[in-house]
Amino acid sequence: MAAIVDIRDLRKTYDGGFEALKGVNLSIEEGEIIALLGPNGAGKTTLISTICGITNVGTGSITVGGFDAVRDYRQARNLIGLVPQEINLEPFTKVIDTVRFSRGLFGKPRDEAYVEKVLRQLSLWDKRNARAMELSGGMKRRVLIAKALVHEPRILFLDEPTAGVDVELRKDMWDIVSELQAQGVTIILTTHYIEEAEAIADRVGVINKGELLLVEDKATLMARLGQKHLQIELQERIEAIPEALNPHGLELATDGQSLHYSYDTRGERTGITQLLNDIAAAGLVLRDIRTQESSLEEIFVSLVREDAA
Amino acid sequence: MNWAAISAIYVTEMHRFFRTLAQSFISPVISTSLYFVVFGAAIGSRIQEVEGVSYGAFIVPGLVMLSVITQAISNASFGIYFPKFLGTTYELLSAPLSFLEIVLGYVGAAATKALFIGVVILATASLFVDLQIQHPVAMVAFLVLTCVSFALMGFIIGIWAGNFEQLQLVPLLIITPLIFLGGSFYSISMLPPIWQTITLFNPVVYLISGFRWAFFGLADVPIGMSLVAIAGFTALCLAAIWWIFRSGWRIRS
Ligand SMILES: Nc1ncnc2c1ncn2[C@@H]1O[C@H](COP(=O)(O)OP(=O)(O)O)[C@@H](O)[C@H]1O
Ligand SMILES: [Mg+2]
Repeated sequence: MAAIVDIRDLRKTYDGGFEALKGVNLSIEEGEIIALLGPNGAGKTTLISTICGITNVGTGSITVGGFDAVRDYRQARNLIGLVPQEINLEPFTKVIDTVRFSRGLFGKPRDEAYVEKVLRQLSLWDKRNARAMELSGGMKRRVLIAKALVHEPRILFLDEPTAGVDVELRKDMWDIVSELQAQGVTIILTTHYIEEAEAIADRVGVINKGELLLVEDKATLMARLGQKHLQIELQERIEAIPEALNPHGLELATDGQSLHYSYDTRGERTGITQLLNDIAAAGLVLRDIRTQESSLEEIFVSLVREDAA
Repeated sequence: MNWAAISAIYVTEMHRFFRTLAQSFISPVISTSLYFVVFGAAIGSRIQEVEGVSYGAFIVPGLVMLSVITQAISNASFGIYFPKFLGTTYELLSAPLSFLEIVLGYVGAAATKALFIGVVILATASLFVDLQIQHPVAMVAFLVLTCVSFALMGFIIGIWAGNFEQLQLVPLLIITPLIFLGGSFYSISMLPPIWQTITLFNPVVYLISGFRWAFFGLADVPIGMSLVAIAGFTALCLAAIWWIFRSGWRIRS
């Protein structure tokens, strides 16, 4: 499938001389949900802002639906809806008016039926005549999403949609996102919550200090995460792993007194029972066993640390 | 051209204006009446006529200019500063809009409001004095150009301003004095020669002179120079705005 957003060697230096993006390459497939995961100050907002035209591009190129985001900005931006990180709304404007206004800005003719559809989808229809200042934080966020969706974009950017939002609202947000994906909208969201990336993304990009450290299928990442390690300590030192244990793919520690076994917790069977049986059959005596798992948090922390080193 | 967007901005801005229509309407009526009481009645009883025009009528063009210029600047500067202050400019920047379209929307609305106020003042003034307009087409042209060019200037101030104080600063410290010293309430020829020369550096003089010519056929400076001045001022503001959007100054980091 062709990439709907394609970013090549994007660099961005702010006026103060701070380099916020240091050569980012990223291809986003149509219809996927990609989460950009990174700590505060990583450059997530900067990346989104340069794609959407809110900050100037430094060097590099961005295409959206095949259109250059700078040269063919009209065509490119027509495809994009943006929900900013900060909740910025005119306090006295009615929900329905601000949503209509957004549609107008994108050059779309008035379409009350479509406005209603979007408001209903976001459970805002009952609040359509409320002024922004009368709404709760969660509702305001929904208004921002409605504004971003009302011109029928194919790509939706959500910048930290659940930062500072309680657990229930967060689940709501995730439901909205998967519903949008079902309608064929490509979704790029940023977050600093690992669980969020894990819960809704198809792919996860890890970003830190202006660099995209990795982009992987969530499944691949999870498989990496799903790896558990079993440390088997032996009563007595051995020189080599007995042949009968070869199928298990064990590793022998250099001290000859412990065996290392990796397995996938998500697999049908972990193979542990068979392994322990085989070890007993091979005449080895156990002193202790320990398991260890690597979390996304760990992977993330180690990636970020490697990056800092 | 994204006309739907221009009209979305324009209509939204006008909506804000009409929401407070009573205020928008009443305050110029009251202040114009006050000017007539103070300047027309008090001073007018001493200065009977200026170059053959009754003093009351003579100050009308200056009075209209005073309000129109202040209104155009304040409406336009507030119009673009407000979204900046609220952080809603992200929407303008991420929409398929060119700078020209954004300017047409905001400046168009601000100029319309100023024009509306100008007409209200003219109507109020005609209740106090007998107004004659010798060159109606020129009068309308001057009025509209003034609304547009000062709305452009207000737009620049709104982009530049970092807080509400700065928003008030330029109109208060520069524009209002220029208008008062620009011959709103007197003829330049009434000044001592040295001040006449100094006054010619005040751009507002050319506007008021031209506008007054449209009413009475009298001018402090040749009408052609007035036209050149206002056209030049408009061009200058347009160039500044073009540069602002190209460089992203104070709006796009
Ligand atoms: N307008 C700006 N001028 C200068 N530096 C900025 C600006 N905006 C962001 N930065 C800096 O760029 C870095 C990345 O910021 P940002 O993209 O907002 O990160 P994130 O969204 O991942 O938290 C931060 O160090 C921030 O201080
Ligand atoms: Mg951010």
